[in-house]
Amino acid sequence: MNKQSNIYTIVYIVVLVVVVGAALAFTAMSLKDRQQANADNDKRRQILSSVNITANPAELTEEFDKYITGQVVVNAQGDSIGSDAFSINMVQQVKVAADQRQLPLYICSIDGSTKYIIPLYGQGLWGPIWGYISLNDDASTVYGAFFDHQGETPGLGAEITKDAFRSEFRDKELFKGDRFLPIAVVKAGLAPTGDEDYVNGISGGTITSKGVGAMLDECLKPYKNYLEKLRSNK
Amino acid sequence: MAEKVNNRSVIFNPLSKNNPVVVQVLGICSVLAVTAKLEPALVMGMSVIAVLAFSNVIISLIRNTIPTNIRIIVQLVVVAGLVVIVSQLLEAFAYDVSKQLSVFIGLIITNCILMGRLEAFAMANRPWPSFLDGIGNGIGYTIILVIVGFFRELLGSGTLLGYQVVPQWCYDHGYVNNGLMILPPMALIVVACIIWVHRSYNKDLQE
Repeated sequence: MNKQSNIYTIVYIVVLVVVVGAALAFTAMSLKDRQQANADNDKRRQILSSVNITANPAELTEEFDKYITGQVVVNAQGDSIGSDAFSINMVQQVKVAADQRQLPLYICSIDGSTKYIIPLYGQGLWGPIWGYISLNDDASTVYGAFFDHQGETPGLGAEITKDAFRSEFRDKELFKGDRFLPIAVVKAGLAPTGDEDYVNGISGGTITSKGVGAMLDECLKPYKNYLEKLRSNK
Repeated sequence: MAEKVNNRSVIFNPLSKNNPVVVQVLGICSVLAVTAKLEPALVMGMSVIAVLAFSNVIISLIRNTIPTNIRIIVQLVVVAGLVVIVSQLLEAFAYDVSKQLSVFIGLIITNCILMGRLEAFAMANRPWPSFLDGIGNGIGYTIILVIVGFFRELLGSGTLLGYQVVPQWCYDHGYVNNGLMILPPMALIVVACIIWVHRSYNKDLQE
């Protein structure tokens, strides 16, 4: 058989692509459930991290059910429109206009006190960054924050996942008097132009730090009405 | 084509005399990208060893059927398929590792060592030597990655594998981490230093 003929070449590549395609499809299909379970567990771990709980991987679901006592979905007007916050996909929600979004919120109870956890999603330098920020029961003071990223530079932008950066958010306030001002991320040594609370960005990770600031701004603002309601009910 | 190759030299040559990074100058791009910290450098090295060994075997098995004019495409399809399967498996069975690797696992496809070894070795040799060649080159690549990662993390962040190694009193006495070490250009300079040292020990490599 002539292995250099056009017919052979075309048949060869078609067969190869079909075989590889089938192998990939088979792998993806057969591993899908496991991957989804892993992703869900990882989401639970991240949510718990934002309230400074490091859960044992084996007991993640139990720990999650123990601490997360409620879930609500709210809209930008501050009304509750559902209760299944966990299944809401932030990637899709941030693409929608702020007043149309379904806004997930987790209610967590630790040692008798209530915390509210808000998911965040934004863009870093190389890819998406995301996180969770938890508020005390005054719906203004930050209790803890968790950030993660897909591909920020190790040692630079990737430092947002470190405790040193996350702990800066603690005790910062979202409400200044009656005004709602999400926390700013600024270069170390500088202060923002408004009077909002701020944290220092990562030196060498300027674009990622700015991404965190923009993410906080973008994802927290739609919650303003709901948080105000929580404050006035208290 | 099928001349007898010495299995021992196939696996040990790439560690020094024929190192893929410092002698063949392949895979420099990923050396820049993943060596700011030691840990991603190690994990990247492991994944390259695995993908390189298996793609070498697969290409070697089908080497006699591949039409010459589309051999590069065939190699690419095999490598890309393998990388996707590896990343899917990691995601299902070692989720934490797959999260650490994130984009790096995809970067393996673009690593010139893979195409270089497939084209230069697996296309002309039997599966077992090809497997050893993949392991050998993978290890040779990993060694350089680890050396570069070691110096960049130590001098740039004062840590190794995330643990603080430069004691606090050094900082108290005015020692400062060298921020330049974290930036990509320093990876090239460290690699150049390794090549310099390596060549001065191996006179026969000097041109």
